[in-house]
Amino acid sequence: MDLTALFLSRLQFAFTVSFHIIFPSFTIGLAAWLAVLEGLHLATARPVYRRLFDFWLKIFGVAFGLGVVSGIVMGFEFGTNWSRLSESTGPIQGPLLSYETFTAFALEAAFFGVLIFGRPRVSPALYFFSTLMVALGTTFSAFWIMVNNSWMQAPVGFELQNGVFVPTDWVAIVFSPVVWVRFPHMLIAAYLTGAFCVAATGAWYQLRNSCVAEARAMLRMGLFLAALLVPVQLFFGHLNGDYVHERQPAKFAAIEARWHDEQPAAEVLIAIPDAAAEANRFELKIPYLGSLIATMRLDSKEVGLDDFPKSDRPPVAIPFFTFRIMVGCGLLMMAIAWLGSWLQLKERMDRQRLLLWATFLSFPLPFVATLTGWFTAEVGRQPWTVYGLQRTADAVTPNLAVGAALTSLIFFGAIYLVIFSFGTLYIYRLLRAGPSMPEPAQPTNSKRPLALAGAIATEGGR
Amino acid sequence: MILFWVALLALTTLLYVLLDGFDLGVGILFGLTNDEGVRRKMLAAISPVWDGNETWLVFTGTILWGAFPRVYATLLSAFYLPIILMLGALILRGVAFEFRYKSLGSRWIWDLGFSGGSLIATFVQGTAVGALAKGLPMVDGHYVGGSFGWLSPFACLCGAGLCFGYALLGAGWLVLKCEGYLRDRAYALLRPLTVGVFVFLAVAFVYALALHLRIMDRWLERPCLLVFPAVGLAASIVLARGIMGRYDRLPFFTTAVIFLSAFGTLAVSFWPFMIPFAITIDQAASPPSSLWFMFWGEGLFVMPLVLTYTAGVYRVFGGKLVAGGYDEH
Repeated sequence: MDLTALFLSRLQFAFTVSFHIIFPSFTIGLAAWLAVLEGLHLATARPVYRRLFDFWLKIFGVAFGLGVVSGIVMGFEFGTNWSRLSESTGPIQGPLLSYETFTAFALEAAFFGVLIFGRPRVSPALYFFSTLMVALGTTFSAFWIMVNNSWMQAPVGFELQNGVFVPTDWVAIVFSPVVWVRFPHMLIAAYLTGAFCVAATGAWYQLRNSCVAEARAMLRMGLFLAALLVPVQLFFGHLNGDYVHERQPAKFAAIEARWHDEQPAAEVLIAIPDAAAEANRFELKIPYLGSLIATMRLDSKEVGLDDFPKSDRPPVAIPFFTFRIMVGCGLLMMAIAWLGSWLQLKERMDRQRLLLWATFLSFPLPFVATLTGWFTAEVGRQPWTVYGLQRTADAVTPNLAVGAALTSLIFFGAIYLVIFSFGTLYIYRLLRAGPSMPEPAQPTNSKRPLALAGAIATEGGR
Repeated sequence: MILFWVALLALTTLLYVLLDGFDLGVGILFGLTNDEGVRRKMLAAISPVWDGNETWLVFTGTILWGAFPRVYATLLSAFYLPIILMLGALILRGVAFEFRYKSLGSRWIWDLGFSGGSLIATFVQGTAVGALAKGLPMVDGHYVGGSFGWLSPFACLCGAGLCFGYALLGAGWLVLKCEGYLRDRAYALLRPLTVGVFVFLAVAFVYALALHLRIMDRWLERPCLLVFPAVGLAASIVLARGIMGRYDRLPFFTTAVIFLSAFGTLAVSFWPFMIPFAITIDQAASPPSSLWFMFWGEGLFVMPLVLTYTAGVYRVFGGKLVAGGYDEH
């Protein structure tokens, strides 16, 4: 394949945004988990909740810092690599993302310091309030990002004037129905990420027979929450499918690897899509199920990719496979969460070492599901950045030199590799050390997340 | 409404330059010493506030995108390589603050990242301002300069000049925050840095005249511009007085006034252009529906909140460093 500035810019954006999303999807869930722990500690005064809170706060700090630095890059990349997009959609995307910066930063900056330094200085109620505000801040951040991305998926509330998207109806943009199925989908994904990381940590300790009380609490709370949330997530996933079916038929056909119109439509479970032949190899499919999933009827006609000119079709293989990986992860998570919760209720989980191992090893599942879900949404939107209106090829910075784009891609790749491997190492060390680790006597030296991330990492590294 | 967002953008930019300016400056000076004790104190003088300071860069970026998308798109893509370099430098510099205390064998790497990152980020910012003042290669409101169209001896001169400027701010901050040996060293640095800044300003002025930069005509068109060098000169006299008499508060705040007058000079010279002689403020502005949407939430409520919070943080961490206090490792 020829290296073009367009291709390299897409690769760079995909790489930096994928790296970035790992951390917010973790911290949004953790922030909520911290608020729950603090609330439980206030309500029950059981010391185990307090120990868990202090423990997870440190991990939250490291992940939060990494999310912040990788997020700053995103804010500038729109302008550097996608200048035509940022110019034409700036009047809509710019205000949305500036709201993200202002609301999320204002809340997080103000109350994060209280979480770190405020315990001895503020009342328990105010401290609890601060944990809620930090959780709210991360949620706001996710909200504005989802409003922005949903607008790119299903643009509404604007008028095109001389190639510029002029907003005419902010209510339609912010309260678009697409936002309200996609934002919950992302939020629950983040909660599931938190729940599985907590449960996996509990399973790890239980397998090692350390931190018994904490391990029990983490396993219980993580698995119960996941058992409740996975079905809700599947439901919102289904609603997401509905909006794609209705507004992005080419993406829907690509996800289903449906090359030709079918009535009634079958559901391809697994296959190897062959774009050249416009057909699937090694196909395994179930008749009628495709129509049933799409419309809840057995006889509906479903459109195939050949309804669209080749220049308007997304790549098929990536959305097809990433979607199935996402769903597979979801079903695995449901199996682990339900089985684990049931055994927890029977008080038999601690004897089921196989299930403990499965729970321990399950922590990558929500991350993989989140990433592949985003791959499905974003690759499936191609060849458009603003669906149906602006092509990705027309969004890239004109005259961006291949050499410049290649340089920046390699540069970011190298820096991220170094920074994030250290960050992950520190999180791993913190997790390995566990909650019973003695508290550092001296306070850390900063009110803000980045400095804190390092400070925490030191403690863990000792 | 356009004026409101111009004013707010000017405010966030100025706050960024002054606040991140001093901690980038301390980062530059950090590379001048090998003494671990001094290095720790230098870091302690800025660690509670530095990433709050950097936040103003993000505010500036998103306001620029939301309110003036044409300028956001043009500037960021024109300065492609330098911006990427600056982002990388800021990341390395940011993690170095704490990573240096974790690694036992490779501290020098993080220290190099810290001082090098500070220097590079500063140089890039100065170069960008210089390139804007010199005038970017623009045709019909579009940048046509390629990957290195921003690069010129004049722009690099401005990059070097800003390194002196931020270092001066940083030394002023160290005098303000520290005592003993580090304060003495900072005073010793203030003299050559002040001289360096003024030599740079003189050279840049003469160079700009020799290049017949269009922006220099503004001095004749708008005599009111002369107010700014006058203010700057007055501030530098007070600065010299402060250095001689060792008034700890004077160097930082007078340097800030010098920066303010330089900022004012550029702003009035550019007006009504955002990218000189190519894109005006009105041409760049988002439609009113975007500007009002931003105004009702972030302009009216969130911005005052953030300003209050920032002032609060500086109050909490005000005064001289105390040994063994919150900021010592």
